[in-house]
Amino acid sequence: MTTPPTPTPGAPPVLLRVRNLKTYFVTEHGKGTARAVDDVSFELYAGETLGIVGESGCGKTVTSLSILRLVPEPPGHVLPGSLIEFEGRNLLALPAPELRAVRGNQIAMIFQEPMTSLNPVFTVGDQIAEAAIIHQHLSRSAARARAIEMLRLVGIPDPDERVDHYPHQLSGGMRQRVMIAMALVCHPKVLIADEPTTALDVTIQAQILELLDQLQSELGMAVLLITHDLGVVAGHADRVVVMYAGRVVETAPTDALFERPTHPYTEGLLAAVPRIDAPRARLHAIPGQVPAATAWPPGCRFHPRCPYAWEKCAAEEPPLLEVGDKPGHTARCWLVSEPERRVPKR
Amino acid sequence: MTLVDVHDLVKHYAGERSWFGLGRPRAPVRAVDGVSFTIAAGRTLGLVGESGSGKTTLGRTMLRLQEPTSGTVLFDDNDVFALDAARLRGLRRRMQIVFQDPYGSLNPRMTVEDTLREPLEIHGLKGAVAALLDEVGLDAAFAKRYPHELSGGQRQRVGIARALSVEPQFIVCDEPVSALDVSVQAQVLNLLADLQGKRRLTYLFIAHDLAVVRHIADDVAVMYLGKIVERAPAAEIYTQPRHPYTRALLSAVPEPTPHATKQRILLPGDIPSPAHPPSGCPFHPRCPHPRKNERCRTEPPPLRTITPGHDAACHYAEEPM
Ligand SMILES: Nc1ncnc2c1ncn2[C@@H]1O[C@H](COP(=O)(O)OP(=O)(O)OP(=O)(O)O)[C@@H](O)[C@H]1O
Ligand SMILES: Nc1ncnc2c1ncn2[C@@H]1O[C@H](COP(=O)(O)OP(=O)(O)OP(=O)(O)O)[C@@H](O)[C@H]1O
Ligand code: SF4
Ligand SMILES: [Mg+2]
Ligand SMILES: [Mg+2]
Repeated sequence: MTTPPTPTPGAPPVLLRVRNLKTYFVTEHGKGTARAVDDVSFELYAGETLGIVGESGCGKTVTSLSILRLVPEPPGHVLPGSLIEFEGRNLLALPAPELRAVRGNQIAMIFQEPMTSLNPVFTVGDQIAEAAIIHQHLSRSAARARAIEMLRLVGIPDPDERVDHYPHQLSGGMRQRVMIAMALVCHPKVLIADEPTTALDVTIQAQILELLDQLQSELGMAVLLITHDLGVVAGHADRVVVMYAGRVVETAPTDALFERPTHPYTEGLLAAVPRIDAPRARLHAIPGQVPAATAWPPGCRFHPRCPYAWEKCAAEEPPLLEVGDKPGHTARCWLVSEPERRVPKR
Repeated sequence: MTLVDVHDLVKHYAGERSWFGLGRPRAPVRAVDGVSFTIAAGRTLGLVGESGSGKTTLGRTMLRLQEPTSGTVLFDDNDVFALDAARLRGLRRRMQIVFQDPYGSLNPRMTVEDTLREPLEIHGLKGAVAALLDEVGLDAAFAKRYPHELSGGQRQRVGIARALSVEPQFIVCDEPVSALDVSVQAQVLNLLADLQGKRRLTYLFIAHDLAVVRHIADDVAVMYLGKIVERAPAAEIYTQPRHPYTRALLSAVPEPTPHATKQRILLPGDIPSPAHPPSGCPFHPRCPHPRKNERCRTEPPPLRTITPGHDAACHYAEEPM
């Protein structure tokens, strides 16, 4: 059940297609089903960086885990009808051995917290080399040489010494570099980076993001960059997917998103970000809070917090509508079809 | 009028023994290493610096929640470190703290109401919980709730209400919004600004996010490895940073504008450990200043006045980078 890629003349090919992805969790104490990712669709094109932004709990990590079938089951499950298509194959239907060949080799992932994904009892060199041995059938000594080369590539000083260090002997920034080295050792086509710099200080974050940009252009891979930081997206993504409450609420080329944020959530989020270049002033705040995944509001999921909402918003959820300024700019908001209503009530 | 006067404050944590107590003791952690500043009544000093630079230690030691290694803190002319227990308790009422972690700082077994009553009882004060909740923008119905029933932003409001309950003059806000989502962070920052106006509060506002500080502080101090490396009025430090570390820090903040034209200064290497600070200028191993030389490796630059009201600890603070 593969959908043929939509041919757009001149556009790079679609590498990874996520269609109608639904990943739900059964919660404890009968609090109901958490609809963490609820009908999410997007494409990742060859060579691009696609940013996924949204606040805590909106489903960013569950989306990325679902792509590689790493969602813990139970309590989680990916619903039938979801499709993750990579090079013409549905990863969700792939037999385990074939999936393993894709995972780490063609699609690699780096996580939010490097310490939880590095094994404390193996040296960083062994951990990097392992992937090269499994997927590329290198000999031990060749794999070790490869590990040193990767450590050098990600900018770790004295790589031939560091290769024998354990994770706890490294700083947070260096661990994140090791994670990147592990992810890139097989030259994947897709790198999923889930908040790769959130745990790091700004000066170290700047180093790592610079490194990712540089490696991407050298190796020509596509990057799915997951973050809650609109600043990171502005500087590093070609296109952006904005998520709210388990849904995609806006997609756009990065320039269009910042020039013309169309969904009121995107608009509010951009206005709420404190800016380093603006004088001291009150910040714009979005009233209320993100709802729980077990009780998304009916109608438009943002309507209880939206300054423009009217009856229709509470009654009926809008589909993703073409904004019309730039190709590929869509927003899940009735204002797209009734722009005269964009008058804040509060 | 100066309300808070910190002079040459030092806080070292004793080095632990390695090898289960058998090895040589490790070098002490110089978490706060000779810090001086003043805050005038009704003003906000923003304190920024990266993880481990000593911000929390400074805030806690100033309130004598932990004992200093040396130095003095005057609060409204009272020598905080010289007070006996009874007088310290009296002073505590006037100096409060809001913690970084809205999850760990509230007792999970106490309702919001109990949490807010406790400090009132300790200090023998009367106060209305409902009015406090109202002041921080929470509905009175929240009084009966437990922390796990609250969102991060709501917990942080309870933490602020708890600090306010004893009617303090000075509040150390230790990263009060770092754990919050952007949309909620703005709510809490606005609340803190409103309360300051209404109650004439004085804040030490700790953050690692320079953009957040810009929206609340009158003056900004930048910490690196236990030392203040630059201090200036907020409007000035963002437009005319003098210390190369401040310049790099400002340039590293990701701006929500595509194709931002600002020049990035990428710092090499990692932040050193405060147990083994580099010799001379503590920033020298990472410093990108074109004038960096042997003097930086050997001679610690003092925090000195560059222009009136603007101090920096760099031998070449006057020179362009
Ligand atoms: N193992 C699990 N069991 C139950 N619910 C889960 C589980 N993992 C995630 N969820 C729920 O799924 C929703 C989405 O979580 P997810 O981790 O994808 O958010 P996120 O966007 O990555 O947030 P953050 O920015 O905090 O990382 C949340 O409401 C979360 O509580
Ligand atoms: N109780 C303690 N015992 C020993 N060392 C400590 C203790 N508390 C803090 N330190 C160390 O002192 C230094 C300064 O820590 P502090 O928590 O003050 O930094 P910070 O600037 O608040 O960092 P963050 O931004 O991560 O909160 C760090 O190296 C830390 O590991
Ligand atoms: S659909 Fe209505 S409630 Fe939803 S974002 Fe648009 S205007 Fe607001
Ligand atoms: Mg996440
Ligand atoms: Mg701290």
